[in-house]
Amino acid sequence: MSDPNSRLSIEQIDRNFAEIHPPLTPDEALTESARCLYCFDAPCVRSCPTAIDIPGFIRHIMHRNPVGAAKTILDANIFGGSCARICPTEVLCEGACVDNTMLKQPVQIGRLQRFACDTAEPVSSSFYKAGESTGKRVAIIGAGPCGLTCAHELRKRGHAVSVFESREVAGGLNSLGIARYKLTTEFALSEVARVSEIGIDLHLEHAVDGAELAGMLADYDAVLLAVGLGKTASLNVPGENLDGVWESLDFIFQTHTLPLNQCKIGQNVLVIGGGNTAMDAANAAKMLGAQRVTIAYRRDAESMPAFKHEYELTQKEGIQFAWNAAPASIVERNGKAAGVLFEKTRSVGEGRRGKLEVVEGESFTLEADMVIKALGQDVLLDFLQSVPGLKLDDKGRIAVQPETHATSVAKLFAGGDCQAGAGEEVVIAVQSGKQSAAGIHALLQG
Amino acid sequence: MSESKATNGSAWPAVDLSIEFCGIKAPNPFWLASAPPTNSEYQIRRAFEAGWGGAVWKTLAHEPIVNVSSRYGAVDYDGRKVMGLNNIELITDRTLDVNLREIANIKRDFPNHALFVSLMVDSKRDVWHNIVKQAEDAGADGLELNFGCPHGMSERGMGAAVGQVPEYTKMIVEWVKEVARTPVMVKLTPNVTDVAAVGRAAKEGGADAISLINTINSIVGVDLDTFTPKPQVAGLGSHGGYCGPAVKPIALNMVSQIANDEGIRLPISGIGGIQAWQDAVEFMLLGSSSVQVCTAVMHYGFRIVEQLISGMSNWMREKNFHATTDFVGKSASRIRSWGDLDLNYKVVAQIDEQKCINCGLCYIACEDGCHQSIRIEPVPEQEFIARHPDHDQRVFESGCKSFVHGAGAGYVNSFTINQDTCVGCNMCSLVCPVRDCITMQPIPTGKESMSWKQYQDLLAEGKVAPIQPPTHA
Ligand SMILES: Cc1cc2nc3c(=O)[nH]c(=O)nc-3n(C[C@H](O)[C@H](O)[C@H](O)COP(=O)(O)OP(=O)(O)OC[C@H]3O[C@@H](n4cnc5c(N)ncnc54)[C@H](O)[C@@H]3O)c2cc1C
Ligand SMILES: Cc1cc2nc3c(=O)[nH]c(=O)nc-3n(C[C@H](O)[C@H](O)[C@H](O)COP(=O)(O)O)c2cc1C
Ligand code: SF4
Ligand code: SF4
Ligand code: SF4
Repeated sequence: MSDPNSRLSIEQIDRNFAEIHPPLTPDEALTESARCLYCFDAPCVRSCPTAIDIPGFIRHIMHRNPVGAAKTILDANIFGGSCARICPTEVLCEGACVDNTMLKQPVQIGRLQRFACDTAEPVSSSFYKAGESTGKRVAIIGAGPCGLTCAHELRKRGHAVSVFESREVAGGLNSLGIARYKLTTEFALSEVARVSEIGIDLHLEHAVDGAELAGMLADYDAVLLAVGLGKTASLNVPGENLDGVWESLDFIFQTHTLPLNQCKIGQNVLVIGGGNTAMDAANAAKMLGAQRVTIAYRRDAESMPAFKHEYELTQKEGIQFAWNAAPASIVERNGKAAGVLFEKTRSVGEGRRGKLEVVEGESFTLEADMVIKALGQDVLLDFLQSVPGLKLDDKGRIAVQPETHATSVAKLFAGGDCQAGAGEEVVIAVQSGKQSAAGIHALLQG
Repeated sequence: MSESKATNGSAWPAVDLSIEFCGIKAPNPFWLASAPPTNSEYQIRRAFEAGWGGAVWKTLAHEPIVNVSSRYGAVDYDGRKVMGLNNIELITDRTLDVNLREIANIKRDFPNHALFVSLMVDSKRDVWHNIVKQAEDAGADGLELNFGCPHGMSERGMGAAVGQVPEYTKMIVEWVKEVARTPVMVKLTPNVTDVAAVGRAAKEGGADAISLINTINSIVGVDLDTFTPKPQVAGLGSHGGYCGPAVKPIALNMVSQIANDEGIRLPISGIGGIQAWQDAVEFMLLGSSSVQVCTAVMHYGFRIVEQLISGMSNWMREKNFHATTDFVGKSASRIRSWGDLDLNYKVVAQIDEQKCINCGLCYIACEDGCHQSIRIEPVPEQEFIARHPDHDQRVFESGCKSFVHGAGAGYVNSFTINQDTCVGCNMCSLVCPVRDCITMQPIPTGKESMSWKQYQDLLAEGKVAPIQPPTHA
């Protein structure tokens, strides 16, 4: 691994990490807003997990009422500012927009949403007040987008809320895990502060374990589990713990917790995986100054789970790809990782469901001084299994009743990434937080 | 809006845009209206060099007037600027001498362009006689009497104060005709109940041509921060004159009223909201032989004449017209009173599902504003693609998943017309964003044509049963 300060100037690194969806100027926003047709039962709204009234807020912008636009957005999605920047709009609202058909280009909903939220920023925290106290108390475990949304919704309804977060900052992966070129840490944290202004009793660096949870279930009127997922899944190959092997979350976290020119980076970086996290990690590695970045995926290009627009971004950054490459072991040199030995694979059957076979005699090695594992996150199985009677699905995610988000344990609810059937986007976690709050509120009103 | 289409092969016939208006020749019918763009020799020179066929000099008076600041306000519409323009400016702010000298210069250098000079003076016979002589001596091809300015001048007994009273109009035209050697065109104000009555008065006074419309009385807006009207002058405002694209329909109606009035029958110069060649053609189809433009030039400059000339020429080629006289007035006689329209004629809307982008605008317009005659049907997205194989371009893949543009929550809304209840109002086809997607189809009713006037007679004679009201949702 090279000296972190050896190659790129901090100015260059900052330029590399410039936001990929920069803000619109007022004139751009007005012009773009006029493109929206104001569809009836709009496909974009139906494709937004939080069902933001998109034509409604865009019309507010067009009629020079950005505050009204922001209120419309935040009523449906209190993390609307983050979602504007990080949602995979290409497969959500913008992918559904009818202008794709008419003009081969959707209305830039995400950037308009950002414009509204940014413009209304000085007043938007005063949109919401805590409801009249009900005397009920709720504990929420995990201060990610799901937990904080649920807390905000419950406060609006007058319930007291305590949120327990094991990390030193709130916001969950939204504050630490999102690619830095999509969302700045400063913005993520300012949004968390704004959400918390409604009066949330927040306990940072407070990890809850099974025993404490049992106590909370007795003390509080309801408890929400919004703990997200755990570490990156392991490769299960020899050499995985060598110096120079990173897990993707730690690699990305450093771009939010360290000055960018102090982040650790190799010259020749190998990322293992084919999902969106792998794309994010590879882009960040390149932006930090790695000379060569390669993504190795065990299947072919068509079977890759990363979104097309995420893949396209790697092409702009000049990331290389090794397809049908399954890691067999980490190559060691001087006690450090020096590359990865891969087996060549071939798929028998259709697409991602096809069975993978090793092609004998075609193994190969790719050199690297930094190896990043990006296989997706494991569930927090130890913690979840320590809760007596908590039902999990076959993937270890918490089973809930879809309408209420109630788990198999009385008074215990679950939402966000840790919940069975949830997706893996902030906007889905937010919707999950709203639904959990509605479920909890119904119980408390009971 | 009509389009000039590419005509095929060798079909590129020459067309002649030149016109003769009251005996005055001009290279084309596109003239500048008397207004700021015709304020000076410098501007008119630039305009004629750019291709304008004629101009009406900014209204002259014996003494320059004094203007206020600010002067203009505009109406924007959802992102487009200056759909309508309003002004509280008056007539020329330059001395008569300077204007007359510059008129002479222009006529010397552009003998083949039409140059009218607009006039407005105190309602005194000798004062009118004097200015008419001076304008003609300077070389004006014709005179335009400004009886239209709705603000400022009218308070001094000029402009609209004359044009709103047929007797005054007739009287002043008579004074002018006593001395005029060139054609006299009277510019009418739209701020009257019956524009044809004023047109007839002008004719009776001896006018040789009519131009219309001047600007419409208006207040363009109020500033929501300062509470002052727009445009504001030291915190106050005044009603002004409205023009620009927004006024075209009002102007077209008035032009047709003049064109169709048996008692007038004079050449018409059409004015009001012309910005595209289609606008100009419409004015001419309703009876104008020349057209005048102000706001569009104030917005974009003289260069727009290139689009006007090209667009009209190509449309004429496509329609096989060789000269503008081939089409001037062609549609005027089709404007009738409502009572002459055929009650048994019927059209219904039809949606071309291949073109439809499923925005739902037609549906909500009909549902909330019209006759509840559009059906909405959520179709599962896979079934939708199966139904419309041409829509496969809407399907896209990302991250091993498939998505459909225009779908949401797994379905696409499909819209169809209930032609049994559709009254044929056009509204859906007006709001549909996709060209030619909703068309209005004539459907045979099997009934003889019957106007409302005929219907009244037949009803009285007991020869027809009363027409039943439409069925509503
Ligand atoms: C690398 C990466 C990139 C991503 N990029 C995007 C993107 O671009 N766009 C997008 O929409 N989504 C993205 N996501 C997904 C998104 O971040 C998650 O879906 C979302 O954050 C889930 O929210 P959550 O509240 O359920 O969980 P989290 O955000 O994971 O929050 C859970 C919180 O619970 C805390 N916690 C866990 N256990 C305990 C405990 N025992 N006691 C107390 N606290 C605890 C955790 O510290 C954490 O702060 C990305 C995810 C990753 C990993
Ligand atoms: C700022 C301004 C000043 C005008 N001054 C005169 C004038 O002096 N004499 C006149 O006859 N009409 C005047 N008009 C009216 C125009 O000649 C024309 O009739 C009217 O603007 C409608 O045409 P348009 O829609 O193309 O602008 C003026 C219009 C504007 C906008
Ligand atoms: S689908 Fe597109 S055009 Fe229609 S309302 Fe949504 S953003 Fe506007
Ligand atoms: S023409 Fe009028 S009544 Fe008929 S479908 Fe369209 S909007 Fe409805
Ligand atoms: S307005 Fe036109 S495009 Fe939109 S749904 Fe109706 S027919 Fe289709």
